[in-house]
Amino acid sequence: MNTRTHDVSVEKLKTGIPGFDFLSNGGLPKGRTTLVAGTSGSAKTILAAQFLAEGVIHSNESGVFVTFEESPSDIRKNMMGLGWDIPQWEAEGKWAFVDASPSVGYESVEVGSFDLGALISRIEHAVKKVGATRVSMDSLGAIFTQLTTSSIVRSELFRISVVLKGMSVTSVMTVERTQEYGEISRYGVEEFVADNVLILRNALEEEKRRRTMEILKFRGTHHQKGEFPFSVVPNEGIIVIPLSAIELRHKSSPLRITSGSSELDKMCGGGFFRDSIILVSGATGCGKTLITTEFIAGGAQEGEKCLLFAFEESREQLFRNATGWGYNFEKMENDGKLRVVCAYPEISSLEEHLIRMKDVISKFKPNRVAIDSLSALERISTIKGFREFVIDLTSFIKHQELAGLFTATTPTLTGGTSVTETHISTITDSIILLRYVEMCGEMRRGIMVLKMRGSAHDKEIREITIDNTGMHIGKPFTDVRGILAGNPVQVSQ
Amino acid sequence: MIMSKHILKLYVTGNTPRSERAIANLQRICEQELKGRYTMKVINILECPQLAEDEKIIATPTLIKELPPPIRRIIGDLSNTEKVLIGLDLLTISNDEREGETKNEHSHA
Repeated sequence: MNTRTHDVSVEKLKTGIPGFDFLSNGGLPKGRTTLVAGTSGSAKTILAAQFLAEGVIHSNESGVFVTFEESPSDIRKNMMGLGWDIPQWEAEGKWAFVDASPSVGYESVEVGSFDLGALISRIEHAVKKVGATRVSMDSLGAIFTQLTTSSIVRSELFRISVVLKGMSVTSVMTVERTQEYGEISRYGVEEFVADNVLILRNALEEEKRRRTMEILKFRGTHHQKGEFPFSVVPNEGIIVIPLSAIELRHKSSPLRITSGSSELDKMCGGGFFRDSIILVSGATGCGKTLITTEFIAGGAQEGEKCLLFAFEESREQLFRNATGWGYNFEKMENDGKLRVVCAYPEISSLEEHLIRMKDVISKFKPNRVAIDSLSALERISTIKGFREFVIDLTSFIKHQELAGLFTATTPTLTGGTSVTETHISTITDSIILLRYVEMCGEMRRGIMVLKMRGSAHDKEIREITIDNTGMHIGKPFTDVRGILAGNPVQVSQ
Repeated sequence: MIMSKHILKLYVTGNTPRSERAIANLQRICEQELKGRYTMKVINILECPQLAEDEKIIATPTLIKELPPPIRRIIGDLSNTEKVLIGLDLLTISNDEREGETKNEHSHA
């Protein structure tokens, strides 16, 4: 019975690379070789080293790193920046190098047939020496320049994968590609080591670099399809962002929390839901930051921990704004109820922002998260990248079962929708629109609860006024139509 | 040139036909070209993998000419005598002013 189940499913080895085990449905095929193909600069060497490093750190597994290109001393140095102390692991017998990098100082010629028997027995020797269960080989291209008889090298690489399989070792081999989309690898290695192929890309899209990872095939086992963005983070290495693989599994809470404004709570049918995502959309200056501030203050007043990501205004500005509306952010922060993270969108890539935001959320463990504004991040990414970002972040927040309030700036003053809204509106639980209403030569502000999932809500567009005690919601604009279309017309009664 | 002694090391993996061929080819070439002026050592990597690690050997068979300088490596079963001689600096490719002609006679014996 047991052997039968073994036949149908390939066992996986949990790599420990963040996100990767999810998109690979459990890790790399155990006891097999996976070819990792990527263009120059696509983080192949980091992946190869991280596969071993995570084994050492998380599951006390030893690894052997076979280097064909960089010298071991370069690798030791380069990986230190990712927080991996390889010399220490070597001293502890958890890591061994097989140095097959090109040597200077002598010439070599090929006369007659040969094999890679020496390399194979060196790898075997190293595997036995440290009791390795993981082997990384990086990168195969360099061996083809050292040995010119490519046909021999290719078939010998196959032999290496067979030998490793015989030793129950799970391995990765990296190989160069010449272009992001096209043949899998240079030298046609994939025809020999073909069971599992992982592709790393570092593509230039609309002048922005975007790293992605794709499992092209895992023979005999399942994995997520398509490209997944990843980032290389100092002191951590590769972090894969497992987007479309996100499950719709989060619980829904019937518990209500205050929006920070009793009038808005009333419009929402009694407040926001505790684990809901709220989108506040409006043109610049019509009260989004105020709603954010009240959301935060309302939480802090209830003794909740609140986290604010600000991408448009500095800390000083935010604190001054809050004071102007009668809220003391400084005190909330001193009480440990508030954390404000300000950053210009341009300081890093969207993937890096995402990873950092998730990191802050996990560490601070807030009850509420506000992002002001989400749409400011649109400009540092492609539309596709931004959509993936929004989906991943939303899903992450929902999994933490906390309330999230995002703001989006509409490009036109009256009416209109933003890219952010288009991408996020279906995954948010509530949508609040703030709109300018031009009436009789005067700009007034309107608020409306467009959507409130799972609850009745006020359907009217009401006027809001803002003063030094915050926002006040007034009467509906009963005699105006066309506000949402950005074309308000006074209707005589 | 005449007085210098050759130190040759041949790394092989086990007693495969290819290893045997390389050993036989090297012995024959040395006897013909370097009689009494060489030491030749055969190292089986399967028995001492650490030596291969130290020398950073990847392919087998690999012949290393340690002396006289410069150090040279010849990879393969040494089946082409002329190429081996060139690799060992015992034969220059062509029209070398000193010894090109005389050595050529031996190469296809």
